[in-house]
Amino acid sequence: MNTWSWGYVGDILPDLLKGLWITVQATLYGSLVSFALGLVWALALRSPSRRLTWPVSIVVEFIRNTPLLVQLFFLFFVLPGWGLTFPPLATGVIGLGLHYSTFTAEVYRAGIDGVPAGQWEAATALSLPRRRTWSAVILPQAFRRVVPVLGNYVIAMFKDTPMLAAITVGDMLFQANSISAATFDYMEPITVVGVLFIVISYPTSLLLRALERRLVR
Amino acid sequence: MSADPNLPEETANPAVDGTELIRFDHVTKRFGAHTVLDSLDFTVSSGKHVTLIGPSGSGKTTILRLLMTLLTPDEGTIKVGGDYLTHEEKGGRLVPAGEKHTREVRKNIGMVFQQFNLFPNMKVLRNITEAPVHVLGLGKEAAEERARGLLDLVGLTDHVDKYPTQLSGGQQQRVAIARALAMRPQVLLLDEVTSALDPELVAGVLDVLRDIAHTTDITMLCVTHEMNFARDISDDVLMFDAGRVIESGTPEKIFTEPEHERTREFLSAVL
Ligand SMILES: Nc1ncnc2c1ncn2[C@@H]1O[C@H](COP(=O)(O)OP(=O)(O)OP(=O)(O)O)[C@@H](O)[C@H]1O
Ligand SMILES: [Mg+2]
Repeated sequence: MNTWSWGYVGDILPDLLKGLWITVQATLYGSLVSFALGLVWALALRSPSRRLTWPVSIVVEFIRNTPLLVQLFFLFFVLPGWGLTFPPLATGVIGLGLHYSTFTAEVYRAGIDGVPAGQWEAATALSLPRRRTWSAVILPQAFRRVVPVLGNYVIAMFKDTPMLAAITVGDMLFQANSISAATFDYMEPITVVGVLFIVISYPTSLLLRALERRLVR
Repeated sequence: MSADPNLPEETANPAVDGTELIRFDHVTKRFGAHTVLDSLDFTVSSGKHVTLIGPSGSGKTTILRLLMTLLTPDEGTIKVGGDYLTHEEKGGRLVPAGEKHTREVRKNIGMVFQQFNLFPNMKVLRNITEAPVHVLGLGKEAAEERARGLLDLVGLTDHVDKYPTQLSGGQQQRVAIARALAMRPQVLLLDEVTSALDPELVAGVLDVLRDIAHTTDITMLCVTHEMNFARDISDDVLMFDAGRVIESGTPEKIFTEPEHERTREFLSAVL
């Protein structure tokens, strides 16, 4: 039976922290992509033009309803065959961002729908241009409602990053796996990875709750 | 006017003088199978204060919302200051107006809502300057000066830096009045602007509106259940029933010797 070895933990920690840094980067960039792209979907789906809403809703539904891992494999193994090659981390960021954008789009939609009709009417009564109505009236009010929900998706994405190990991104799980494969000792690396995840995600979710209380007054 | 057959006949209201500001011509509005306005005609002259009265569901709000382009008529035309509101003339034909045309005509109209509808993400000052800056192209300073002047008019100079939620309903409604006036509209639409207020806050808002009615030459179209207020400020009162004007006249005439039985019934219920 294995016994826990703190010395072993000390040896592997630098590599795991390197992996953690990759994990954090993937989450941050992936989130930014999903925030921006989700807004694009949400606004496109509100367009009066069927020719725009129709293809967008098909793409969004398709991405939302297929597994992230399959999408990552597609981006990583299939696209290069078509001459599109990205480094693993970039591929991971695109995959996470794209996948989660279909959920943030829904969050934005709900946030936008939650802005009372009277706000649109007041903007019309003042003849505010459409762009200005969106940017100064509707979106700022929608954002207040969506920030806490988006935060939850960031945490969910953070916890999905180990999937990137499957496309050779050197995230925490990838590091732990390489170490263990060499030492045949899985207990410490995998346990430390779990601990590092909770050390980050739990305080983040507490922070989010505090933010939510501030925003939704 | 042109003899083009595509243009509607303009004989329904013969009151075409230079000062006519609002004109409804055969305006019909339906919601599903329910016809709310049935070929409605009426005009409002520039500078007049007109109060619309009538039972609930008679279409008063619908008229104001049509004017504000929050609704579009199913039939008929609306003119403001001689221009079609939801139509435009192209090559002698009357076609549904583009966004740009409607925006230009609509700039002459301001509206105050029952529920205030202030922008909660903006402080009081920016609620008022937002449209002058981004619609009229006023400079920030000029817009703020205008806003401060209007806040003075509505008695809220101390509240420029507050958010709407930090104000009472009456104060919010006075900000909303200032916001509408900041666009210097020719017409101000008021739809039951005191109905959502606690009783003790009503008087303050009505005082502000009286003040505006008596000191400016703005045209007012007002829906209210405050009959004393209506009597004070109105040049004309229009009594609506079932989507038609059944009686109109000075407040003295309508309130003291109404001709129509429906008007008498309605007034005895509200007075
Ligand atoms: N968006 C809508 N959809 C369906 N029906 C509507 C809509 N808006 C108004 N109506 C109907 O049109 C009729 C006239 O409504 P309107 O709000 O103009 O009446 P009103 O004279 O302002 O009444 P009140 O004094 O109660 O405010 C009512 O029967 C109402 O139910
Ligand atoms: Mg009404």
